[in-house]
Amino acid sequence: MSTAVSKPLMSDRARSERSLGWRLAGPAFIIMLLVTLYPIAYAIYLSLFNYRLTDPTGRRFVWFQNYITALGDPLWWQAFGVTVFITVVTLVFELILGMAIAMVMHKIVIPRRTLRTVVLIPYSIITVVSAFSWKYAAQFDTGFFNHWLHTLTFGAFDLNFNWFGGTWTSLTVICLSEIWKTTPFMSLLLLAGLAQVDSSLEEAAKVDGATWWQRFTRVILPNMKAAIMVAMLFRTLDAFRIFDNPYVMTGGANRTTTLSMLVSNETINRVEIGMGSALAVLLFVCVLIIAAIFVRGFKVDLTGGRK
Amino acid sequence: MSSRVKTWLGIAAIPIMVWTLIPILWIVATSLKPIPALADSTQNVFGNFWPKHPTWDNYSLIFTGGARDLFVPALWHSIIVSLVATLISVILATFCAYAISRLNFPGKGVILTTALAVSFFPVIAMVTPLFNLWRQIGLFDTIPGLIIPYLALTLPLSIWTLTAFFQQIPWEMEQAAQVDGATSWQAFRKVIAPLAAPGVFTTAIIAFFTAWNDFVFSLNLTSENARTVPAALTFFTGASQFTQPTGAICAAAVVVTIPVIILVLLFQRRIVSGLTSGAVKG
Amino acid sequence: MSSIELKNIVKRYGDGFPAVNDVSLDVADGEFMILVGPSGCGKSTLLRMVVGLEDITDGDLLIDGRRVNEKAPRDRNLAMVFQNYALYPHLTVFENIAFPLRLNKGKHPEAEVREKVNRAAGMLELQEHLQRKPANLSGGQRQRVAMGRAIVRDADAFLFDEPLSNLDAKLRGQMRTEIARMQRRLGITTIYVTHDQTEAMTLGDRVAVLKKGVLQQCASPRELYEQPVNLFVAGFIGSPPMNFLPAKVEGSTLKLPFVDVPVTGDLAEKVAGKDLVIVGLRPEHLKDASLGGLPAGAVRFTATVDQTEWLGNEQYAYIPFEADSAVSAKLAELDRETDGERMRTQMVVNLDARSRVLEGDEAQLAFDPAQMHVFDPSTNECLTRDDEKAAAIAADSEQQRQAALRRAREREAVAS
Repeated sequence: MSTAVSKPLMSDRARSERSLGWRLAGPAFIIMLLVTLYPIAYAIYLSLFNYRLTDPTGRRFVWFQNYITALGDPLWWQAFGVTVFITVVTLVFELILGMAIAMVMHKIVIPRRTLRTVVLIPYSIITVVSAFSWKYAAQFDTGFFNHWLHTLTFGAFDLNFNWFGGTWTSLTVICLSEIWKTTPFMSLLLLAGLAQVDSSLEEAAKVDGATWWQRFTRVILPNMKAAIMVAMLFRTLDAFRIFDNPYVMTGGANRTTTLSMLVSNETINRVEIGMGSALAVLLFVCVLIIAAIFVRGFKVDLTGGRK
Repeated sequence: MSSRVKTWLGIAAIPIMVWTLIPILWIVATSLKPIPALADSTQNVFGNFWPKHPTWDNYSLIFTGGARDLFVPALWHSIIVSLVATLISVILATFCAYAISRLNFPGKGVILTTALAVSFFPVIAMVTPLFNLWRQIGLFDTIPGLIIPYLALTLPLSIWTLTAFFQQIPWEMEQAAQVDGATSWQAFRKVIAPLAAPGVFTTAIIAFFTAWNDFVFSLNLTSENARTVPAALTFFTGASQFTQPTGAICAAAVVVTIPVIILVLLFQRRIVSGLTSGAVKG
Repeated sequence: MSSIELKNIVKRYGDGFPAVNDVSLDVADGEFMILVGPSGCGKSTLLRMVVGLEDITDGDLLIDGRRVNEKAPRDRNLAMVFQNYALYPHLTVFENIAFPLRLNKGKHPEAEVREKVNRAAGMLELQEHLQRKPANLSGGQRQRVAMGRAIVRDADAFLFDEPLSNLDAKLRGQMRTEIARMQRRLGITTIYVTHDQTEAMTLGDRVAVLKKGVLQQCASPRELYEQPVNLFVAGFIGSPPMNFLPAKVEGSTLKLPFVDVPVTGDLAEKVAGKDLVIVGLRPEHLKDASLGGLPAGAVRFTATVDQTEWLGNEQYAYIPFEADSAVSAKLAELDRETDGERMRTQMVVNLDARSRVLEGDEAQLAFDPAQMHVFDPSTNECLTRDDEKAAAIAADSEQQRQAALRRAREREAVAS
């Protein structure tokens, strides 16, 4: 009867479990908050000042002036454009390539293990190393790109073509390196999704008369939608933060500066802490918006019911 | 599956492996090139790919030669910072993941969501405030000054991966062992620890890769006393103003790549399951 | 509607082991053929070869007289119900059933798809569930959706791969009759794989018994039961299984563990010169002699009952016996082959529920030697099989099948 009237009392066991739970999980939780929430809050605070490290006395509270300046500056929009371009291009190629690789890995018999090991290598390599490798491969003096293309086109390709001479060719090499480095991760996520599609579904579709393409589009893809969405979200947010590759390859030359590079430039090289903070906050907001679009718009269930 | 399909899949694997391995081979090839061969295609074969006369010169340059003072300390910094950050985050994450997968308490969802949000955090946005703060409190260009932000990279990842692993552990085994007459400690040591160890180990590898890979923090929050290899690579200079440091950079790149390749070769299967279990509903 | 013909079908995997070895079967138009056998006998592989999901290593597969070995599954026009039903989780029940029709864009106008799906749903009583997703259906409903997907195809034949093994016992019985009714009503050629001999006996027009990839016997359920060709078929068909007793041959007498049985005529000639034979006795052919009503020539004996189980309408008595080591090895092997888990050599007797025999009692039992099966332990062959009788049973069964088919078609004609 008492249970019907009042909320059931928490047993001692439940209470002690709750406190033990927080004692075990608490330190990790607090550290995560400290190392991220604190800086971003501090950044929001700093972004409201006109503050140059070399001129601490000139520090002034300027409200949202930094944001207005940044959003009115073509430099921001250019970096934004470059970042979006890299994100979209790499995502499209990674999805297609990643899917193809995942499908080969899923079905392959020999050399199954070797293939999986080899595919893991780009993932595990330092991004800066990959950037240097692609940079030197593309440079006309040290590289092999031009030589190979020269041979493949029977001499039509100019041996002295300068990949880093223009925006689009620079971006091509940046995207190539990024795609090479991150496609394996994509393909592993897609492979996990693929492995969850019951193989008898594909067989049933085969018997039902579906062609290879119909099986792929009507049975396999819809059933791994969740995995594709998660992989896309991970990669989109990752690509949007791109820094290492363009920094090493071009250093931002030929208008290849990305948003992350812009923040770093403003803070470290120009020591404009106020402006740098404002840019950092803007980048953070962009990431938030992208994540919100995925989670709300595409209904990505990230916790996977793991609560 | 028919043998024809099998053959085709085997053939399809070849371009994938070639595409994957060429940049690796290329960096090895470049690291073996003598300095004059770098910009001279007549001294190389396969379309300026492989040197005709490989040398170890670049490696001696980074270990004993002119680039030594830049590379060797950076290598130590990389090792120390990555290992310590991995160790701290795996220990903290083990407690956290154990609590999430084993105990019933409110706020589990909040912790997991926070971990996810933190892993999506644009690290560069932390750089500006930390740069300012570290300068004020003297953490700029120190090892701890690098380890702390590294936790932002490794901790959320570890929590997610470990939670996924721990949720697959049949915890009732522990009770079964106790019914069989084991003490709590024996149950933990003989039953739970062997089941949990592979997950912890795999998580440590993945966290290590992430820390080892960092460039943003190291570039922006250090100058000389704590700079790690990825950042140091961009500070290499040639023997003279007119020579490129290409060979030395490639040799250093190869050196820092070897440990990760060894880890991949040894633990391929575990890494794959660790990477995917955290991300995809299992 | 079509006939399916398997000619010397062989399936060999990479290691050279033949999973299916030289199987020849003829499935007539409209016939319900069962493939049965213990796990690993190759029955599912055989079915998957028919539908085209496995390559045929050797032999010919003919559908309506045309060789289809190399054809893709989609070109064979067969419908299959999978063990786990393989329903597309992202599609509604309606779209699941319509799936095969939707694949040929433009070939089936929307109205026709709707009409066909609704008719199939009506037949399977799925109308109320058409807009639901498979995840929200019960096991039996899922099973029916899988059948619906097969029905709309207008396929040449239905193939079932252990379709009832995921259902509980009660539902399994219901769905079994459902499948039998639907097959008769549509008059469609059907191949049905199962490891359950009850399903095999109740559903099939004919049953093909497989062991380790080799076809043992293909006959009507009655013929399998009454005239098995060998020890394996005799042991696999029937529940509880046939009792196998070792018997020493001494002149024209078979010395069984409990009783000596004189043999005459044909059988006496066949056993002559043999040391030892195995005698098979179905549990229901052993009677409680104290209840009377025994046929002429019945052999009586007494035995100590170890355990009884009373089930209301019948009861089982278990009688252990000592077997020759040579025979017990043979029986243990047979037991393994039929997926059994017999732990000791004992005889099971299916007694009348009125029988008052209790544990530890000396029971008076009797059986008719004419119902005895005698097997040669060296070849496993059945020595008592009567080919004439078998042929008569086969002819009778075929006649019954035709009649049932005809009746179903008449009913269908009246209904429509």
